[in-house]
Amino acid sequence: MWLYFAKRILLGVLIVLTAVSLLYSMIHLVPGDPVKTILGPRASPELQAQIRTKMGLDDPLPVQIVKFIGRVATGDLGEDVFKRKSVNTIVFEQLPHTIYLVLSGIGWAMLVGIPLGCLSAIYRNSMIDRIAGVLSVSCIAIPTFVVALYSVLLFAVTLKWLPAIGAGDGNFSSYIIHLILPAFAVGLGWVGYLARLVRASMLEVMSENHVRTARAFGLPERTIVFKYVLRLAILPTVTLIGMGIGILLSSAVFTEIVFARPGIGRLIFDAVTSRNYPVVMGSVLVTTVLFVVSTTVADLINALVDPRLRHHK
Amino acid sequence: MLEISRLNVEFTTERGVIKALRDVDLEVPRGSIVGVVGESGCGKSTMINSIIGLLAHNAAVRSGSITFEGSDLLQKSQRELRDIRGTRISMVFQDPMTALNPVLSIGAQMTDIQYRDPIGMAQKKQRSIRMLSRVGIPDPETRLENYPHQFSGGMRQRIAIAMALQAEPALLIADEPTTALDATLEVQIIHRLKDLQQSMGCSILFISHHLGVIAELCDFVVVMYGGEVVERGTVRDIFHRPAHPYTIKLLECDPARIAETTRALPTIPGEIPDLVNLPPGCIFADRCDRCIKVCREQIPQTTEFAEHHWARCHLAGSMAET
Repeated sequence: MWLYFAKRILLGVLIVLTAVSLLYSMIHLVPGDPVKTILGPRASPELQAQIRTKMGLDDPLPVQIVKFIGRVATGDLGEDVFKRKSVNTIVFEQLPHTIYLVLSGIGWAMLVGIPLGCLSAIYRNSMIDRIAGVLSVSCIAIPTFVVALYSVLLFAVTLKWLPAIGAGDGNFSSYIIHLILPAFAVGLGWVGYLARLVRASMLEVMSENHVRTARAFGLPERTIVFKYVLRLAILPTVTLIGMGIGILLSSAVFTEIVFARPGIGRLIFDAVTSRNYPVVMGSVLVTTVLFVVSTTVADLINALVDPRLRHHK
Repeated sequence: MLEISRLNVEFTTERGVIKALRDVDLEVPRGSIVGVVGESGCGKSTMINSIIGLLAHNAAVRSGSITFEGSDLLQKSQRELRDIRGTRISMVFQDPMTALNPVLSIGAQMTDIQYRDPIGMAQKKQRSIRMLSRVGIPDPETRLENYPHQFSGGMRQRIAIAMALQAEPALLIADEPTTALDATLEVQIIHRLKDLQQSMGCSILFISHHLGVIAELCDFVVVMYGGEVVERGTVRDIFHRPAHPYTIKLLECDPARIAETTRALPTIPGEIPDLVNLPPGCIFADRCDRCIKVCREQIPQTTEFAEHHWARCHLAGSMAET
């Protein structure tokens, strides 16, 4: 089991290294000279060359990548071109807002979606199943920004129950209140995804031979569903949630813009539009790492549940 | 001890009503092993599922009775049936590779099915360990912690047998338990099953399409064809004095009985009739080479033409001598 864990974590590290190298190369393919961006268009060629050497841009690309990775490995993400501030500070100021948003979004989606999927599977083709099916597909079909806009209109503008924008004035309860609508918008589609996936995998497991064995031994239906079926059916769901958290970390940007919330998505968006490359690199790098971390954690959870995974590799 | 009488089961499908079992009679005396033979689709599995009350949702028992230990299983509620399953009647399934839950240890599954017993976890484990060693699993204490994928197919089938016999049931239903295993393993499992049956004194309903296994293991044989029991009797009668043309054909097709060298294996020409639109007469008439006029017109009745030997054929009795 430990061997499997070690291998999986090593694989995660390799994925991050590859992603960082690709990212670094791609940034350099984007039109626009970072030196000119920093110094402005009227700087003398001597000064430009001096800064270019200082930033290490004269080295061949592979050398630059290795140097960059080396720097990142020591925990230094570089310096913001405009604000002269450490990218670490900027990214880690914004990151918690996104993490809270994503976790609460996925969290409520799990709390609603998984039981909904279970109910649909247990009472398949019943009224409950059909209603849940229509709701799930609707949830998936509506784009997040539409949910965000209309929930602001309904709950903030018309009903005035909840605040429309921002992340609160710093105290805890205000932060939570400001989190409700964005988390709702982010999670709604995932309610549908999870409900559909849980239903499908429960039905698949329920038709497997070992469930018939459990029935033939007279096990109570509750034991069969929660111990014999759900344990297997939850595996693909865990994988989906791991990926969902990773995807949302970067795609939460729509929600963050609609609700004018601070966050990593918004940070990347602003940094790209202003060609602030160190910030782009730093924040994309952090989301990549978090993506790999969340999918790896999902794999490790699966290995804890499924002995075939941890014995095989 | 188990007596099925005139059981009729139908499946409602888009194509129409499949009359899957028609007037099925069967008897499993206490302490005996009854073999059920028949090609796939003859209703063997439907019959088993009717006994344990696990028929598919689109299936319904139209008439008949299944008497087990003095009461009719068909009159029992799902709850009452659940109390019988795994205690008085237990099952061993065909495919040992998929019959056990892959994410629960053998020990967890073997102790879970003892949930009705008011004994401690340690005692339940002890019982499972004893049972595993009885079916020939080496080092059962440690193996209890293992998961199904850590066992070979033959081992898994032994575990399935251990699970089924653990509660000392009165009736064990074995649905082709050796079909998925290779020949040497098959013999081992059969012998093990027979030993256990004798020491525990339970009855076995043994479903197989392997005639050799049936002949070796069983006391009585039931031959099924197209949803009907066409012949039943003692293993000696069925193998030496078969009365139904289908049984005769079936025995002729058994490769173990073929004496001279042939290029092609003998088969029974024709197909099983459509169970939605049944022929008016005998179900086997189309494939029978002794078919006469009455066979096309009238459904034959099951007749006991010799002691403990029944056949569902217009010619039964007259054929055994020829």
